[in-house]
Amino acid sequence: MYVAVKGGEAAIDNAHRLLADRRRGDRDVPALTLDQIAEQLALGVDRVMSEGSLYDRRLAALAIKQARGDLIEAIFLLRAYRTTLPRFGYSEPVDTGAMLVERRISACYKDLPGGQLLGPTFDYTHRLLDEVLDGDPAVDVGLQRTDAQEPATHIADILGAEGLIEEDAPAAASEPGDINQTPMEFPLSRATRLQALSRGDEGFLLALGYSTQRGYARSHPFAGEIRIGEVDVELFVPELGFAVPVGRVQLTECQMVNQFKGSAKVPPQFTRGYGLVFGQSERKAMAVALCDRALRAEELGEEVVAPPQDQEFVISHCDNVQATGFVEHLKLPHYVDFQAELGLVRNMRAEHEAMSGSEAREAAE
Amino acid sequence: MSFETIPQTLPMARRDRMAVLARSNAGSLQDLWALLGLKPGCTPLRGPESGLVMLRGRVGSSGEAFNVGEATVTRASVKLDNGTVGHAIALGRDREKARLCALIDALCQDVDTAARIDAELIVPIKCELDDADEKRRRQTAATRVDFFTMVRGEDR
Repeated sequence: MYVAVKGGEAAIDNAHRLLADRRRGDRDVPALTLDQIAEQLALGVDRVMSEGSLYDRRLAALAIKQARGDLIEAIFLLRAYRTTLPRFGYSEPVDTGAMLVERRISACYKDLPGGQLLGPTFDYTHRLLDEVLDGDPAVDVGLQRTDAQEPATHIADILGAEGLIEEDAPAAASEPGDINQTPMEFPLSRATRLQALSRGDEGFLLALGYSTQRGYARSHPFAGEIRIGEVDVELFVPELGFAVPVGRVQLTECQMVNQFKGSAKVPPQFTRGYGLVFGQSERKAMAVALCDRALRAEELGEEVVAPPQDQEFVISHCDNVQATGFVEHLKLPHYVDFQAELGLVRNMRAEHEAMSGSEAREAAE
Repeated sequence: MSFETIPQTLPMARRDRMAVLARSNAGSLQDLWALLGLKPGCTPLRGPESGLVMLRGRVGSSGEAFNVGEATVTRASVKLDNGTVGHAIALGRDREKARLCALIDALCQDVDTAARIDAELIVPIKCELDDADEKRRRQTAATRVDFFTMVRGEDR
């Protein structure tokens, strides 16, 4: 028998009205505009675009406002929104080598072509709260350096020339898997894993990446290169017969370089972990690259001994929309389930008491 | 809207023009368009409609393609009264911009009109975009580390 219980409707309506009231907060404080969120909380917007797997700065800002700053709720809103839009197609693969670089650093080579470009970084700040920002101080614009600059070469091109680093596998003729269109089936290809990691939860991937550094699936990583900047997106238009640039997106790319002792087929060399994510999300791109490398254990003939090397464990649990859905569903009414369990526990206790009672009698005799 | 009906002259120039239009600021575009004073008759063929494009990268930056995530995109196709068809597609959800860009694309299939539109609308927008890029490049260059070595120790 299944008994539906009703009566929550008015309470739910009033709760949502109260939510809207609390979201707006003190009416004497000006309401946030989406421009303010997109401009001044830009890295929060980037995280929502990245994990919402939808590049649209204004929509992400709206989601953050609607979610009262709860980023996982905002990510959920963006994921839900994307299901309402038709898919027009796939872009041509972006060329990160041609990126308009805003930051590019390497921890491997001091003097690589293009140099160490720090860009707008939190690194080297003292992490002291700046009380001046409590007001609205005038802020100087960034300085400009006008002498000619050489292009920023990819790190892989430097080490690759000596054969000391693995080459990228040649482009496959088949289409890469798309987890937005087809359910995941393990084992996943590296291309499909990278899609899942790119929209994975930053905190979860950060913790897993950290665990690889602490000794679980040791991989001796170096930050070969991190670059942040805008790349052109091109889309093939059948009516025109050629690919048209449709605009730019900001991406963060991380190339981790890892020691590899070699195998029967391959001499010792450096291998690479790769991360590519939306927006300025350096920590996330690094975590993705660490996890990508750890997940290649089987491919490289390494022993699978730790969680970050287990693709079913990593990929199945890195999506925070799925994770929050399953964890948070526990707060929904489980009245009937619980009644059934309550009855079960009562029966077990009765049996337990009967059993221990008879044991006590036997002992007395 | 078959492939044959599209004039295939100067595809590179058309592509370059479409690239500028796609990245243009909607406000500047409207202003420059108004200054041109063109009022062509046209009918919408498709859209403007918003949808998604799946953005692709390459594994390790040069390996096989993989899907990074989606982006919003808006496209439109229009037909001028003389039968010329124009297309536009750009990231974002600005439908009015897509419609206007498709109209400009159609008008530019006529060589003389294209010359005028390129000079008075495309080039000014391209200059603005290039200046913004150059400014960003220079600001990034100012954060470049200039390493130098310091001589240490007692030996001279």
